[in-house]
Formats: sequence, C-alpha cells, structure tokens
Amino acid sequence: MSKFSLNINGVSHPLDIPDDMPLLWALRDKLDLVGTRYGCGIGVCGSCTVLVNGAPVQSCRIKAAALQGKEITTIEGLSPDGTHPVQRAWHDEDVPQCGYCQAGQVLTAAALLERNADPDDAAIDGAMAGVLCRCGTYPRIRKAIKLAARYRADESAAGAKS
Amino acid sequence: MKRATNRTSPGFGPGMNRRSFLQVSLLASGALLIGVGRCVESTASDSGDQTWAPNLYVRIGPDGQVTIVSKNPEAGQGVKTAFPMVVAECLDVDWRDVRVEQAPLDDRYGRQVVGGSRGTPDGWDDLRIAGAGARHLLIAAAAARWGVPTGECSTASGSVIHESSGQSATYASLLEAAAGLPAPAVSELRLKSRPEEFTLLGRFVPGVDNPRILTGQPLFGCDVRLEGMLYAVFEKCPAFGGKVRSANVEAIRKLPGVTHAFVVEGTTNLAGLMPGVAIVADSWWQANEARKQLKVDWAATHADSSADYERQAEILRTQPGATLRADGDVESALAAARQVVEASYYYPFVAHANLEPQNCTALLHESGRLELWAPSQNPKGGRQLIAETLGIPEDRIHVNLARIGGGFGRRLVNDFMVEAAWIAREVRRPVQLQWTREDDLGHDFYRPAAWHHFRAGIGADGRMSAFDHHFVTFGRDGRPVSGADLSPGHYPAGLVPNFRLRQSLIETHVPTGPWRSPGHSAYCWAYQSFFDEVALAAGRDPLEFRLDLLSRSYGEPPLDLARTAGTLRVAAEKAGWGRSLPAGRGLGLAFHFDHGGFVSHVAEVVADGRQVRVEKVWSGIDIGPVINLSGARNQVEGCVVDALSTAQLEITFAEGAAQQGNFDSYGLLRIPQAPEVECHFIQSDHPPSGLGEPPIAPATPAIANAIFAATGTRIRALPFRRSGISV
Repeated sequence: MSKFSLNINGVSHPLDIPDDMPLLWALRDKLDLVGTRYGCGIGVCGSCTVLVNGAPVQSCRIKAAALQGKEITTIEGLSPDGTHPVQRAWHDEDVPQCGYCQAGQVLTAAALLERNADPDDAAIDGAMAGVLCRCGTYPRIRKAIKLAARYRADESAAGAKS
Repeated sequence: MKRATNRTSPGFGPGMNRRSFLQVSLLASGALLIGVGRCVESTASDSGDQTWAPNLYVRIGPDGQVTIVSKNPEAGQGVKTAFPMVVAECLDVDWRDVRVEQAPLDDRYGRQVVGGSRGTPDGWDDLRIAGAGARHLLIAAAAARWGVPTGECSTASGSVIHESSGQSATYASLLEAAAGLPAPAVSELRLKSRPEEFTLLGRFVPGVDNPRILTGQPLFGCDVRLEGMLYAVFEKCPAFGGKVRSANVEAIRKLPGVTHAFVVEGTTNLAGLMPGVAIVADSWWQANEARKQLKVDWAATHADSSADYERQAEILRTQPGATLRADGDVESALAAARQVVEASYYYPFVAHANLEPQNCTALLHESGRLELWAPSQNPKGGRQLIAETLGIPEDRIHVNLARIGGGFGRRLVNDFMVEAAWIAREVRRPVQLQWTREDDLGHDFYRPAAWHHFRAGIGADGRMSAFDHHFVTFGRDGRPVSGADLSPGHYPAGLVPNFRLRQSLIETHVPTGPWRSPGHSAYCWAYQSFFDEVALAAGRDPLEFRLDLLSRSYGEPPLDLARTAGTLRVAAEKAGWGRSLPAGRGLGLAFHFDHGGFVSHVAEVVADGRQVRVEKVWSGIDIGPVINLSGARNQVEGCVVDALSTAQLEITFAEGAAQQGNFDSYGLLRIPQAPEVECHFIQSDHPPSGLGEPPIAPATPAIANAIFAATGTRIRALPFRRSGISV
C-alpha cells in the first residue's frame, strides 16, 4: 500500500491504495469517479481513456502511483458545466446511443483538437481508432469532431474580439 | 405479417387495443396524474373482479413539468427521448417540458422487456392516448371555467386558448379542475397518426440523457455505489456447465483486500446460476488480482468443439433431414429447370460483446428483502430466476433498472443477476458483481452458427421455378436451441412455386440466445447472397430480379411485397444503381423484413485486390412514421456498422470452451472501417414499428454482394477472412 495524492480535474485527491492499482480502479472504486469506464482491461477498447497532461491514456493500463505530479483530466472535469466544444458538438450531433464508450470518445476527440484544430477524416480516423463503439456511432463521431472544430474556432474568434 | 399489411384509419391503429382506458386523479402535490391501462381479470378467477393494470402514467405538475413514468429501461435504442416526444406532440407542450422517470420492476406494469423492437409499437397508442386524453380534459376544464364550448378552444405550448375572447390559461392552472372531470373514453379522442399532422415528431432531437452521458454522471449498472459496498468477481468453468471439484479458497481469502472467497455449487441451468467460485474484496481490482491466484479443479461435462461441429455438419448435409415445408414438387421442378444453381453458405457463432460487461449490484436488507440494481433487458425474468434459485419470494425482491450499456439481446438472460444475488446473500453486505471482458465473451449466449445448402431451378422465363433449402443448425433434445430456428414461412417460401425446407440438427452444449434481430441477422445474408448468384446465373440484374421476385406470390405472401419493393426502389435510386463504375468498385443490394420494419440497403465497395473498403451505404426504410429522426438514423447507422463488424468476427470452441477472450481476438470494427450511411425513410402512415433490429439483417448481404461486384469473390463463408477478404 502507498499513500499519495493525485491531481485530478484540478483537485488534489489523497489516496491510500495498493502500489500497483491501475488508475481506472482508483478512480472508480476509491474516488467514486465512475464516468471513466471499464471495457477490456488490456488497453484495446479505449472506454477508460483519461487525459494525462493533455494526452489520451488508457487508465486500465497505467498505475495510479506513477501519475503523481501529473495533471489528470477525466470526463467529469473536461469542463465545469458540460460546455466544452466537443461536449456541445456531441450533443448537437446526438452521437451517443448506449453511451458507455462516450467518455473515452469525447476525451480522445478533445485531445485531437488541441493538436489539430481542423482535422480531416483521415486525421480523425487515425486519432480515434483506439476507442471502440459497440453501437456503431462512428459516422456521427466524424461529423461531431468537425462541428466541434467549428465551435472551437468560433470561440477563439470571439475571444480574440473581446 | 398481416399486421404489416393493414392500413391505418385516422385516429385508430389496427392493433389498437380499444380496451385501453384512462384513469385520472389529483395527487397531494397538486399534480394531475393520467394513467393509461386496461382492466384485467383478477387472479381469483371466480370473483369476477377486475384489476386496473396501468401501462404507463403521465404526471403534469403544478410547475408545468410533464413526467412519463416509463416501464422499460433505456439500452441506447432511444425510447427515453422518443416517448416524451409522442406525449408532447399529443398534449401540445414543449417537448423540453416532458421527461421520463424510470419505473422500477413492478408487476402492475405487465411486460417490462427491452427486446423485439417493440418499445415504439407497444407504446405508440398509450402515449398518444395519455397526451390526447390529458389535453382533452384540460380543454374541458378551461371551457367550463370560461363558459364557452370546448370546440372553440385550442391549445399551444402548454396553454388552453379561447381566441375570440382572448382568454388563455396555462395547463398548470387547470389541473385541479381537470381532475374533477370524468375521464374521456378513448374512443372520443382523436389521435394524430399521419406524418403530415405532426409538428414535433419526425424532427431531429438529441437524446435527453446526453448531458449526463457527456459529463460522466453515474448512469449504468456498474456506476452504482452504495455505502459499505464490496466488489465481486465470479469464476466459472471455461467449459460451459462444468462443476467445481475443489478450489484453493482458503489461500485466496488471505490475499490483500479479499474479504470473502467461496465455492458456489450452482445449478445445471445454463441460463441460471452456474457452478463457480466467488471472490469478494474492498475494490474490484483486488478481487480480480486475487482471482489470478485461484486454482480450481473443474469437472467438465462435455468437450464441444468447432472442429467436431464441422465434421458433423459435413455428414448431415448428405442426409435428408426433417422436412419442415414442401410446396409443389421441388425435385421435378429442378429436373425440368433450364438451369440449376447450387451453393452452400456458412456463418459462425458470434458474441454480443456489449461494451458494458455484465454486472449487477445486490443488497440483502436485514428485513430479508433483496434489492438489486440491474442492467437487464428482462428484469422480471431475472427476479423469477432469483426467486427459484435462492428461495426468496418474488414479492421480497425489488429490482431497480439501470441504463444498459448495450443490450443486443444478451441481457434478456439474467445469469449475472442471480450470481450477484447469491453472492450478496452470502456476504450480507452490498456487493457489486462485475464480470471481466473475458467472462463476458467466454460466457455469452451466442448467436448460433449454421450451414445453408441451397439449390435453385431457373425456368425458361428466367424466374426461380424451384427453391430447395437444407438448413443445418444446432439443437438439444431434438429441437433447435434458442436463436437457431428458422420459420418455415420465411421467404422465398411463397415467392417460388416449388419450395422445400429441410432441417438437420447438431447436438450442442453451448449456451445460445437471441442476438439482435435473432436469426434474421444471420440467415438473411445467406438468402440474399444466393439470390444474387441466381440472378447473375440467369443473366438478370440483381435489382430487377428481386423486384420481379416480389411481384407475385404463391398463396399467402411471406411479407408485404409492395412495402418491401418500395424500400428496394428507394435505396437503389438514391445509390444510383446501374451507374457505370471503374474496375475495383462495386454496388450490392439486399432487402429484408423483420420485427415490423422493411429495410433495403445498397452498399458501395472499393477493392484493392482482396482488401476492400465499404465506402457508403444507402438505406431505404419503411417503419411507418419516424418519431425521432435522430434516433431512427442512429439505429440504421448503428446496424450497418454492427453488420460490417460482425461479418468479420467469430467465436470458436475447443474443449467445451470459447477460444476468444477479449477484443484483441474478437476485434470489433473501428472508426477507420466505418462507412458513411445515408438514410431515406418512406414516411408511410402505417403504425410505427421499432428500428433497433430491422436494418441489420440486409446490411451484411448488401455489403457481401458489393464485394462480389468489386472483386469477383463470392463470400459463402463468414467471417469475411474465411473467404479471403479483409476490410
């Protein structure tokens, strides 16, 4: 067991957990942050994706203790009120069906747009290929990322004016 | 089938239950409660008493908020958004003022099942009756208050309006007066039924749960967190049905975080509590870590294998099998045919692979009452199973319904519920049982494999004169297992003058069950691929051949020919069927009818050798009026992706166990392979049918036929790689 703190969504969370517990289970079973979801446990489905210093990481495959001093963002902390451009675009294009994988999709898309403000289909497919959707919402994910890119551009244009 | 051919008269659907009636009351909160239901005979049969059996409740609050108490859970099929839209349309309120409250499992509600694409058709009448009935009462209350005829009053956005006097009153101000009026008879209500009457229905409306989904709020069964809750894993014999001889549970109990480890003797019901070992810990990860040290001596009861199934299938194909249907004289017609086309098709077992692995949370209260939180498509079945297995009366079991992280038919079986209940009773603490992905793929109720051996005779007129079909499927005790049967009435029965269907069964010990559009999603590919072979052998265009096939029937038609042909024409027209294509590019099409819905697809495929890419699919759909355009399109897009995904997957067995354990060996489709999908709805005024299932069956053959057109490779075995094709 080890005691340490993690910076999750801008808040320091003290933990007292086994040394090798993956971040996913620390989030779900110790901190009740259940928006990050288990799908495969071997890092191939992407349901458990979180952002570590802005980059997508599969939380089922990384030890919580290894993330001390890093900035961790989960779906609960992507925006204070659910108005991140990706969240708005996902709602407006009505991407979710069952919704189980969508936290991983949204966070992966948000990280993509930080790197590439205007991704084409090939860039979207490349960045999003690690996150499975059993319901088949892929065609809408492509549309929603393009819409989110527009919302983001509008936001920065509005920011530049003010 | 007849249901699909009936026409709707304004106001009443043919399937509408005229025994439905309204019950109206005022709640202590000041809310108006409208119940729609039926009177059913009391269970004490000689009493002659009748009991009120509600199908749904709609509550209008003093704040103007309208709440539907919905009896069925949401699994991604969109009912939680579609249902409020129907009530809003008929009640005439802003749909944002209507929300859905999830009812727990309650006997008063009758059927509480997500399955068979029945949510929309079952809810259609009652939702409209509730909305129109409440509106009728509110208008009557306002008219009485103003002393004007009801016929002079109209409604808009939650208010009654009397235009000539300029008076208006919000619904919220009329609730008490409305509750004092007699409930209208359902026959007095005029229910909107035609697409041109709708103002809200048919629009693109995003899902009501999106804000919670997109901010990671607790929604699913595995998100339940209770005070003092422990986490459990349950290991079963990899070979289905195997029993525990012994297990090192004492050693397991000493491992970090572990609070309990014990053997569950279980039952012999493959769909119930199977034997296994439960490990319970402070966190799920610790329970699962401890499981890695678990050593169980299993007593397997069988050693089924795919290789053995294939050997048996090869023997059975040469035997006559049992004749399920014989029209005319197939052998004579084949002998007289100008040409005989013969081909065999095979599809494998597949898994449901819901992204949310099976889970259930259970708590045995000190009072002896058992409470569960279950992502179940069939919670009543789960409660019965628990009652039988644990000996707890059903009225002492309370089931809360969680949002379902993918259903597809898997959660019609409730093995995970009875496991959680058993473990919680042993542990006497709240427990969440969470399966691993390996548990999920290794203990599914698989869609069964089958072989289809076809022979078709082509007459001098180029039409099919004979169709002979030998179906080799799986059974137990002389009957097809769940999901392995085929209706003798299925087309092309009734479309060909000489028809024969024979069936042979391979004995299996593997658990099987319904998988999205059970049966159809598998065998439609075989039929519609073979139709292409026959059309091309006869020198006919696949579209023209099918439209001709749908132009006449021999006896009762097996499906509504006009509606089916309508979807085929729309899909073909939108796809530009017949346009010239460069080499390595091809179009393919297929039609189908199941679960009340008519769907045809045309797929366009581009090939680079044996590597293909499905670029686009055009869909023609007739499900009556579309309720939520977004939800409807979502189901079509999802079904096309699901079909392409599943056409590349298989579950195989060795030593009685599944050989695929996770998404590395059961690789669902990923975004780069997903095609664009363009939907075209034929907005007919038939009563609406569901759309969770109908689009999947014809998608696989449309794609496979396009692959043939692009590559010249006819896919006669799934997954695609068995035919040398990769996507």
